[in-house]
Amino acid sequence: MNSMLLLLVMGIAAGCLGAILGIGGGMIITPVLTIMMGLDIKYAIGASIISVIATSSGSTIAYLKDDMLNLRVAMFLEIATTVGAIMGALLVGVFSSTFLYILFGFFLLYSTYNMIRKLMDKKGESIYTGDDKIVAKLNLASTYYDKAEQKQVDYSMKNVPGGFIMMWAAGLASGLLGIGSGAFKVIAMDTIMKMPLKPSSATSNLMMGVTAAASATVYFFNGSIRPDIAGPLAIGVLIGALIGARVMQVLKPRIIRMIFVPIILYMGVQMVLKGFGVNF
Amino acid sequence: MPDKKTDAKTMHEETRQVELVIGKILRIGVITSAIVIMIGIIMYFINGGGGYTTGFPKRFVDIFSGIVAGKSYAVIMLGIFLLILTPVLRVVVSIYAFYKEHDNLYVIITTVVLIILIFAMLMGYRS
Repeated sequence: MNSMLLLLVMGIAAGCLGAILGIGGGMIITPVLTIMMGLDIKYAIGASIISVIATSSGSTIAYLKDDMLNLRVAMFLEIATTVGAIMGALLVGVFSSTFLYILFGFFLLYSTYNMIRKLMDKKGESIYTGDDKIVAKLNLASTYYDKAEQKQVDYSMKNVPGGFIMMWAAGLASGLLGIGSGAFKVIAMDTIMKMPLKPSSATSNLMMGVTAAASATVYFFNGSIRPDIAGPLAIGVLIGALIGARVMQVLKPRIIRMIFVPIILYMGVQMVLKGFGVNF
Repeated sequence: MPDKKTDAKTMHEETRQVELVIGKILRIGVITSAIVIMIGIIMYFINGGGGYTTGFPKRFVDIFSGIVAGKSYAVIMLGIFLLILTPVLRVVVSIYAFYKEHDNLYVIITTVVLIILIFAMLMGYRS
């Protein structure tokens, strides 16, 4: 009873944070399950992939209702991510995972630097509204209502090919390394494609469930998903994601970015160290 | 000639309507899986365990025979599997949504996503 309650509470926290930031929360859940609860890494990864799906599905309900996510961007970029994920799964063993951990780790550290620079920018969160041929052709520009700033925000984006390649790489990383790719998705939309942070996070939330569904199937049938662990965790995460999706909308984009920075810094350091053989 | 701006606005309104329908269907999917998992957890406490001496079911046959036998782990596993299907449901409903909007380009894009996803899931099922 106690451990189920603990899983429920942890799920609520992870789901809430994940929904706000557009990340799966695996990098929180996996260490807590293995280090604090002494669970085998296999079951920890299985449980965390289920929480990615729960975060995604829970928050998407709210974000769809409040018109926060961009369904076209999501589906277009989802092609890149899923293809990347399949290639990654097929190529396991071909590439050195050491090299990949270091590569993606440093990319996260570089993104941290970029995000800090954006935070320091006195102009604040700028919204890109320029014209772009590909954006027009794919009808990607959209609008959302920012509850924190109480205004309708019309936005466009640019550098769609760059975002597409980044999404493919994110999928590849998740297939090869078994890591979630939510943070990379947010970075692709926010930093590369210049989408506003809130729709970036909401859209990443929608996408990461679709990407995770394939690997979840693998884990489900190979017995990595323990009902006594993943069940209560999923319920907690669903509750947390519903809360997080509400909280995110009243937060100022700047605040969300301030929460995002230490998390990708932590993930970046974790991945670089893992590349050098240090696990934590 | 219709004003371009109002045109874009009505188009967005249409998108909104469709998105609300997707939201409703998704909610039904998520709530169903959550309820099944919850029933399983409640059964776990009533029965005082998962119903298996070792391990838990992971194949469909075992899950369904477990449910018939009233084993809580089998019920939770079914709920988790339904949860794994909710993103697939999201893609399927999106295809319908774009079709309703007469947005053929995105009907194609989203169908491609669905095909890749099903392929990946089958790959996962077989491995």
